[in-house]
Amino acid sequence: MKVTVCIGSSCHIKGSRRVVERLQELIDEHKLGEKIELAGTFCLGMCQTGVNVAIEEEHFSVTPETVDEFFNESVMPRL
Amino acid sequence: MRKFDTKVQYLKYKVLREVARHAWNGDLLEHITDIPKTIVPGKTPTMRCCVYKERAILAERVKLAGGGDRSNPNVVEVIDIACDDCPAGGYAVSDSCRGCLAHRCEDVCPRNAITIDEHQKAHIDKSKCINCGKCAQVCPYSAIINHKRPCENSCKIKAISMSESGSAHIDNDKCISCGACVYQCPFGAISDKSYILDVIDMIKNSENNKKYKVYAVVAPSVSSQFVYAKLGQVIKGMKELGFYHVVEAALGADMVAYSECEELYQKGFLTSSCCPAFVAYIEKQFPAMKPHISHNLSPMATIAKYLKEKDENCKVIFIGPCTAKKAEFQKEAVRKYIDSVITFEELQALFDSRDIDIMTLEEDVLDNASYFGRIFARSGGLSDAVKQGLAERGFSDFDYKPIRCDGIEECKIALLKASKNKADGNFIEGMACVGGCINGAGCLTHGDKNKADVDKYGMEAFEKTISEAVAQLKI
Repeated sequence: MKVTVCIGSSCHIKGSRRVVERLQELIDEHKLGEKIELAGTFCLGMCQTGVNVAIEEEHFSVTPETVDEFFNESVMPRL
Repeated sequence: MRKFDTKVQYLKYKVLREVARHAWNGDLLEHITDIPKTIVPGKTPTMRCCVYKERAILAERVKLAGGGDRSNPNVVEVIDIACDDCPAGGYAVSDSCRGCLAHRCEDVCPRNAITIDEHQKAHIDKSKCINCGKCAQVCPYSAIINHKRPCENSCKIKAISMSESGSAHIDNDKCISCGACVYQCPFGAISDKSYILDVIDMIKNSENNKKYKVYAVVAPSVSSQFVYAKLGQVIKGMKELGFYHVVEAALGADMVAYSECEELYQKGFLTSSCCPAFVAYIEKQFPAMKPHISHNLSPMATIAKYLKEKDENCKVIFIGPCTAKKAEFQKEAVRKYIDSVITFEELQALFDSRDIDIMTLEEDVLDNASYFGRIFARSGGLSDAVKQGLAERGFSDFDYKPIRCDGIEECKIALLKASKNKADGNFIEGMACVGGCINGAGCLTHGDKNKADVDKYGMEAFEKTISEAVAQLKI
């Protein structure tokens, strides 16, 4: 499953690096490196709702504070 | 509102703007021969001897706007008919000679080339004169003038000479395409070729970034440009032009700094690879030093490589202050990552060709890089970034001695010493333009404030360290 985090300027200043780092930690903690491909992209075209994250083609709005919640409620059930 | 330093830049801009306007409209071929007359209408000449010559030169500029002479590999070209064949005779006594009694000029001349006539006026025997300039320095009336061509004067690597016909001639074996002559020729007779038509085609054919995405990679020196508007408005303007997204080349600079410090740590001596004119200078004049050039791609190519790896179908256009980048992107190692290069001058023309008034736009954001990536735009920035990189990556035991070369003349001195194993340090930061990229030939304006603007932009970066800036890319 591919999880793509937007690292364009707008998402970047809303904390996309922290989102990426936390997602990486969670993936490692749960040993999901084989199942989840974490990727970055410059701009998903929805700057207002950043930090934008896509699970495959599905869009989510995440903040550094809600990464864990997003991981548990949106990433895990889709595996 | 002043957009350019000189009227030559303004003229070049008007041609680019008109060519671009027709290219967007899809009717360039039908109108290409009308453009000179659009710019110089009527019968009264405003620049040259007659409107016909003005238009003939403009036709040459239109050609350059469309890519120039394809048989000439150099991205910098002379427009022969625009060259004023300036006097190039060296030192000469002007009418200001008062026929004084002191004759300091005569006494100071090391070759006895100066004689004094019966009216006490000085004359220089050109067969003896060595153009040392001492006579000019001592004349109390500043009556002795050096007739040196601005192009030759600007070319510190001596790639420009006078052709048989009297016009300027560029030796492609020496030229590093830095563009100093382009900016300095007061007649605008030397120009960089433009690839705006390729860029317009790429944007148009992307069908609003649906068929493929067109990314703009913008140089950090942008922070000192378009001073009449806010940086966020410039970024918004680029998106209005049709770029999908704008990425900082400074993020590529962070990536370069991150790995360059490691390379330096391992090899012990390195020259930088960021400035394409400096790299070309080593390749052409100091080939034995080539193994010491950092193996990092330039920041432009580094970030473009990242973009292409994420999305192989995307197009990447570099927008910066540099004419030499136009040569760099055509190198085999770089052309797979960068699809074209334009300058800030050309970006201004593109904005206006679509009647985009950036001052009226809302502000967009540009923020990926750290302070250290951003200050690559000015002389000394790269050295500072490598120092920071060494510290961040735990290479602090390395005895780092950077040699900051501000301008190609300082580069030459450092390379001469290094080629004889007498370098004054272990990292040569080479910047062909004095001051660094902020004084590149493709800048709209060149001023003392530019460095402060870049430093301010650096301080505003969201990320404070190189490691943080590159951390976002490690997925």
